[in-house]
Amino acid sequence: MNETRHPLRLPGTAIVAALAMLFLYVPIVVLAVLSFNASDLTTIWTGFSLQWYAKALGNETMLVAIGNSLMVAAAATGIATAAATSAALGIVRSGRRLRGVVEGLLGLPLLIPEIVTAVALLMLFVLAGIRLGLMSVVLAHTVFCIPFAYYPIRSRLAALDPALSEAASDLYAPAWRRFLRIELPLLAPGIFAGALLAFISSLGDFVITYFVAGPGATTLPVYIYGMIRTGITPEVNALSTLLLLTSVVIVAVVFRSGTTPANQTRGDQMS
Amino acid sequence: MTDTIVAIAGVSKRFPGAAQSALDAVSLDIRRNEFFTLLGPSGCGKTTLLRLIAGFAMPDSGEISLDGNVLGQTPPNGRPINTVFQSYALFPHMSVAANIAFGLEMLGRPRETIKSRVAEMLRLVRLDGMGERRPAQLSGGQQQRVALARALAPAPKVLLLDEPLSALDLKLRREMQIELKRLQAETGITFVFVTHDQEEALAMSDRLAVMRDGAVMQVGTPDSLYDAPANLFVAEFIGEANFWPATCIEKSGASGRFSIGNGNDIVSVTEAQMVAVGEKATLVVRPERIAIGEPKPGMLHGKVETAVYRGSDLVVHAALAGGGSLRARLPGTTAADAVIGREAGFTFPADAARVFPA
Repeated sequence: MNETRHPLRLPGTAIVAALAMLFLYVPIVVLAVLSFNASDLTTIWTGFSLQWYAKALGNETMLVAIGNSLMVAAAATGIATAAATSAALGIVRSGRRLRGVVEGLLGLPLLIPEIVTAVALLMLFVLAGIRLGLMSVVLAHTVFCIPFAYYPIRSRLAALDPALSEAASDLYAPAWRRFLRIELPLLAPGIFAGALLAFISSLGDFVITYFVAGPGATTLPVYIYGMIRTGITPEVNALSTLLLLTSVVIVAVVFRSGTTPANQTRGDQMS
Repeated sequence: MTDTIVAIAGVSKRFPGAAQSALDAVSLDIRRNEFFTLLGPSGCGKTTLLRLIAGFAMPDSGEISLDGNVLGQTPPNGRPINTVFQSYALFPHMSVAANIAFGLEMLGRPRETIKSRVAEMLRLVRLDGMGERRPAQLSGGQQQRVALARALAPAPKVLLLDEPLSALDLKLRREMQIELKRLQAETGITFVFVTHDQEEALAMSDRLAVMRDGAVMQVGTPDSLYDAPANLFVAEFIGEANFWPATCIEKSGASGRFSIGNGNDIVSVTEAQMVAVGEKATLVVRPERIAIGEPKPGMLHGKVETAVYRGSDLVVHAALAGGGSLRARLPGTTAADAVIGREAGFTFPADAARVFPA
């Protein structure tokens, strides 16, 4: 038996850890399992069926909501990723003190309670006379997507030798060609990871969307909330499982991109 | 047209938050087609000066001119100057050939010209056939050559090299020193080389500037700096030397006589302009200028403590009778004279000693 205990480990750690894991994942597993339930009562298992998936995907209103969600996520991700990339490039070349302040401000939206951001954005849109609709949802999502996109790009940039940019300038590249030929391709894994993280945060957002979405701008999470008000059916389980699957796939892709190309080039430099 | 290619006039630079200036009113002329070295300990400002010439940073005051034109705020991409970086900074996502072609491409050279120039450069740095590899597939020495080829390809007026050999092992370093000299001679491009290694600087440079604390201490050819250091710092930094505290006891014209140590040993020095009679001074003598003999007046008296035979020469350490120690490099043939424990007399020609005010 080589499973020696760490001298500082408290007794019962394993049991507590196992319970915590169950608490985290049992509800999600139950949700996914029940989405394949043949019964139309959510809580009683009667047999395996894909009927709720068929029903969900045959639902016109729901498909419109999915379409809205994807459109909003794509637009917000695009704007947020572009902004985050410029921010990262700008900050790395600025003075140390300014850098601390700006990085703090960029990360703050992650710490502000969502409801505060939601109310603030709603007030802003009303005051500025922006009509609530898909447009306002895209703007609102851009706000909280920027920090998600920023950090992976920033850490990728920090791992790059600043002499690479200098070398490009030294070899007669004007700023825009330096960006397109050297910085953008080398930052690509970070930009890709940042964009995917922004995309899933946008896809899953409910609170802010609920506040700033006007009529006709219903996204999938807002639609699911509407369904629940009339009682939970296995169709909600099916939809939630699909949303979960999308997120899991995207996160898996981010992790792969974060561990392979990014670290490889850095390792290359050292050898 | 003058002989000067890079003129540095009164250049100062201080980084925000730094207590000391990185460069303090530095003036320097670098000549066309020479191998020029900026030598100094870390923090002396040599890399800062190189970065100002490249345009990666701008001076707070003073001017840098290239071929008679003031560079002012011209960005790096507007200066016909290329750099070999300490980290090489090869573009990892491009092939070796694409790395070398980059500068020419940015200058808008025709495709055919670029292709033949890249082939020529690969030949020049002896990497024929390696064009399609990625930098990561090359050894450190090969990456170094790619960095050189990439910087030389656009045929810059000046090539800047920032401690390019520091990452290589000793053997490769020696090879690259010779290689760099060859490349400089073959291309006729002015090289400005930064290093903290004085042996490397002496071996490679046509002329060098010794820097310390943001100021230039002396500029000259390697032999003039070695034989006639302008101050104690240069004398200590370049090569080996004996440093003896001395007092000037007599002057006639430029020459003078000095007492060393407790005053029993008196030596003559040809060039002693910097010191007046009665003043304290430091006497500097290179170890290879010292000879050993029977003790006589006018010699330094000492007792041989160690003698290490190295074939071509014999390194002798002696304790001086008047206090202090002496280090001499004698020809290997005199091994019999330097017996450990022997009381001997040491002499040096009057023009071999440098005298600086203490």
